[in-house]
Amino acid sequence: MTTAELYQRDREWHPPALTQDYKTSVARSPRFALLSLQNSDSELTGPTFGHSDFAPLDNDLIRNYAQSGDPIGERIIVHGRVLDENGRPVPNTLVEVWQANAGGRYRHKKDSYLAPIDPNFGGCGRTLTDDQGNYVFRTVKPGAYPWRNWVNNWRPAHIHVSVFGTAFAQRLITQMYFEGDPLIAKCPIVKSIPDQRAIDQLVAALDLNATTPLDSIAYKFDIVLRGHRSTFFENRPEGN
Amino acid sequence: MVQTLNYLKESASQTAGPYVHIGLAPGAAGFDIYATELGRDITGPNAKGNRITVTGTVTDGTGAPVKDVLIEVWQANAAGIYPGKGEVEDGFRGWGRVVPDFESGKFSFETVKPGQVMGRNGRAMAPHLNLWLVSRGINIGLNTRMYFGDESDANEKDPVLNLVEQAHRRETLIARADGDSYHFDICLQGDGETVFFDV
Ligand SMILES: [Fe+2]
Repeated sequence: MTTAELYQRDREWHPPALTQDYKTSVARSPRFALLSLQNSDSELTGPTFGHSDFAPLDNDLIRNYAQSGDPIGERIIVHGRVLDENGRPVPNTLVEVWQANAGGRYRHKKDSYLAPIDPNFGGCGRTLTDDQGNYVFRTVKPGAYPWRNWVNNWRPAHIHVSVFGTAFAQRLITQMYFEGDPLIAKCPIVKSIPDQRAIDQLVAALDLNATTPLDSIAYKFDIVLRGHRSTFFENRPEGN
Repeated sequence: MVQTLNYLKESASQTAGPYVHIGLAPGAAGFDIYATELGRDITGPNAKGNRITVTGTVTDGTGAPVKDVLIEVWQANAAGIYPGKGEVEDGFRGWGRVVPDFESGKFSFETVKPGQVMGRNGRAMAPHLNLWLVSRGINIGLNTRMYFGDESDANEKDPVLNLVEQAHRRETLIARADGDSYHFDICLQGDGETVFFDV
């Protein structure tokens, strides 16, 4: 049996484990070098999900936790494609998002920021990409919030995004930022990424063509996962 | 000038942050929103093989437990088959999510012991779980493996364990066996630092 390997992950493009200005990384970053593994089936296979795993409102954060009405905030559509480094769409893959509410508060027992919980907003959603790799969520724009790093750090508005692909070694969690936010350039978590082009790639563009007129504004955010090589490796028993 | 290759670049990783549970395990964050939360059951009801329990703690460079970590598990079934690579038992997903107790940092999960999986160049890999760790302070998810302490013969021949140059560091990848229970601590940094992989 043959399986296509993945392109090597570009470790100069991703944030390193240790980034002094993001203080929590100091004690949570390995000191030894990562051991580089050539891919085997353990890395090249991965879980799959089906439509039976989801409910119709799972990708609608305006409705999926609403109790008495819509959540407060700027109504937005977030849409885009999941692609691989070869530019091919990644169909039927799980995309999960989570975010603060419009005031910058998370529905989490560990978040104690003074901005109020919104009774109509849960703050998470999930969906499968379609056969062209497209996904869409409806939500409210998250607020900026303060966090303990330096005394006066504020996260830019962001949505956390988790994506699978087809191989466990493609697994990725990142964050989506919003075009025009002046906090992006000041954030130590954003600046853990060493390459400005990689940062720009995480900033969703305002997409007026995708708005719902008189209802919701739209942002487009494409996500790129590692690509597969066109050559294959052998994992037959020796002598076959 | 030369032609451009036109490859796209992988989206850069960002930390999962302290509230990763909202997105990936909302029950742990303190609320129910989905009819079925994904990742609660690795094996499904029909999986053959030995039912096992894995416990442990993830610690940071100061020795303190990392209470807000989220671990994903990916494994083959007892016959050594990954879902998608061949027939597996109905309902066997081979994948799950593990969240430790927020007070103690101890984690515990149940699964079946995987079989050997064929590796590269026809060399069998000893039974192992593939683990991926994310949390606040982890800028890019950490990949490691958990091998089984009661598989010494297979472990000695395992092509991945043998890539670890310092023999004593291999031990960081091997869970202590006690019947059907296995104990596996993960150390992010410092003395006994777990071997992490660039896969
Ligand atoms: Fe956040």
